[in-house]
Amino acid sequence: MTAPPREPPGTEQAGARAGRARWVRVARFTGVPVRVSVDGIAHEAHAGESVLSAVLAVLGHARLNEFDGGKRAGFCVMGACQDCWVWVDGGRRVRGCGTEVAEGMAISTSAPRLEAADG
Amino acid sequence: MARAVIVGAGPAGITAAATLAARGVDVVLIEEGRRGGGQGYRAAPPGLDLPMRRLLGGDLAAWRRIQARFVALTMPMKGLHERFPGFAGQVEFRPGTLAWNIADSVVHTECAGTLDEIAYDALVLATGATDRIMPVPGWTLPGVYTLGGAQTALKDQGCLIGRQVVFCGASPLLYLAALQYARMAGAAGARVVGVLDTTPFAEKRRALPDLLAAPGLLLKGLGLLAALKVRGVPVRHGVRLSAFTGTDQGEGAGVDGVLYQDAAGRTQRIECDAVAFGFGLRPESQLAELAGAALRYDPTFRQWFPAQDADGRCAPKVYVAGDNCRIGGARAAEAAGLIAAHAALADLGLANGGTDTQLVAARRTLAAMERFQRGLARAFAWPHHWAAGMADETIVCRCENVTVGAVRGAVLDARGGERELNRVKAAVRCGMGRCQGRFCGNAAAEIVAAALGDAQAEPGRLRAQPPVKPLPVTAAPKEPVT
Repeated sequence: MTAPPREPPGTEQAGARAGRARWVRVARFTGVPVRVSVDGIAHEAHAGESVLSAVLAVLGHARLNEFDGGKRAGFCVMGACQDCWVWVDGGRRVRGCGTEVAEGMAISTSAPRLEAADG
Repeated sequence: MARAVIVGAGPAGITAAATLAARGVDVVLIEEGRRGGGQGYRAAPPGLDLPMRRLLGGDLAAWRRIQARFVALTMPMKGLHERFPGFAGQVEFRPGTLAWNIADSVVHTECAGTLDEIAYDALVLATGATDRIMPVPGWTLPGVYTLGGAQTALKDQGCLIGRQVVFCGASPLLYLAALQYARMAGAAGARVVGVLDTTPFAEKRRALPDLLAAPGLLLKGLGLLAALKVRGVPVRHGVRLSAFTGTDQGEGAGVDGVLYQDAAGRTQRIECDAVAFGFGLRPESQLAELAGAALRYDPTFRQWFPAQDADGRCAPKVYVAGDNCRIGGARAAEAAGLIAAHAALADLGLANGGTDTQLVAARRTLAAMERFQRGLARAFAWPHHWAAGMADETIVCRCENVTVGAVRGAVLDARGGERELNRVKAAVRCGMGRCQGRFCGNAAAEIVAAALGDAQAEPGRLRAQPPVKPLPVTAAPKEPVT
């Protein structure tokens, strides 16, 4: 028995259009849309989606290694390797795999630059 | 009323919690994730439209059983308690909570930046395991994940890690993860382009006597292999992984292939955009160690586990259950959770006497699963012998990019090298990064053992340090200290 064909899942995604998305969605979220941005690119995620899966729906990587600048895209996806840390809302550093998206969240794959003290 | 703290809401922790609560013990169930079920029987986030029957196949019934037990356990029961005081212990589920230290019969936790301390009369540690890793050149490239990670992306987020996925290594998860992907990949135009098993098929035949201890699971394993073949997924046995190729720089960064030697020694390459690999499991035993458990070396698994008695006692008032103390899988974890809870009840003076038929059955299951897992350890062998031949430039610590050569160099230093893994860690920082040795520790131990030149030497182990995972620097207690 073959499963009935599924509709193309999820919303049209910026990264998927650009061909850079790393993860491939095969089951859709039915909950409320949650608008986030990933390195300034607008993305419509959904309640329940992890920050890591939102990032990798837009980009091919999640962070840069501090020692050689090489791109990383997570590894264990269960909170043990600490290799999917990203920055949200201009400062807080979170584990992408264990953090859920929130409305208006601005996600950055690199550390935010400190503002000059004297403006 | 006695209070039990349980760390980890997988099959072991949920079963221990249900058993203790049913006998009037107040339970605090701590879980780092958001939901119960553990890694194997995880519940997807509400709203994720995952076809569980298609995804899980024959595992659907066990998944439903554990999830139902968890829901029954954590449902609001206030009304019930008011009507029947003393009917059952209260269960407090604390999701999103990290247990980061244990000292003086107190569990130290952090949840969303708030620190807390929970005293216990009994502590059940059911913290599970993660994939055991032997590094392969290129394993830090974007698109390379653990086998467990590939499964989590699918079961927790409804995503595949790529469009053309290679599964490789030596692990009971290898065929399971590959088949779950093959079942779900079609609709998205993705596919499993190969399964590369690093153990020769002859080893699986030799493991048969032990694998027959759990004939149902053996059949399930053979069924996975057959289902992959039916779906046309190429499966190769006895391969040696040479490299994951690709680049971590620029717009096109990512893995683009797997180079390997087949069983006949010929070099082969598969093109892909994602790799999942692993070599069995390693225990999350840090909390048990901090709680006072001794660690014991197991030559079958070539790993260290918390020393425990037959009922999971590992230190005063502390019990271990599940993969964090004995690699056994979900069925063994469920049985061990029940056994550990009964041990805690006995030690709290709450045993009801008589023979519990469930307990007898659990002991029988655990014994059979232990024998089965020894068979699996052989059928999916940890390639410790790779350590001696690994190229110096291969990265072993992915947190800080420490190479195999650096670890070897610390041992072979002409001025008198280090002979002990924790000293090597201090010298070259392998194991000191933010994963705290979870993904380099097993391999580094083998590299050190190989460099010492004693083939019989048992690999060392990295000591646990609190906090067992990074804490936010802004973490603060719930109430200001006066």
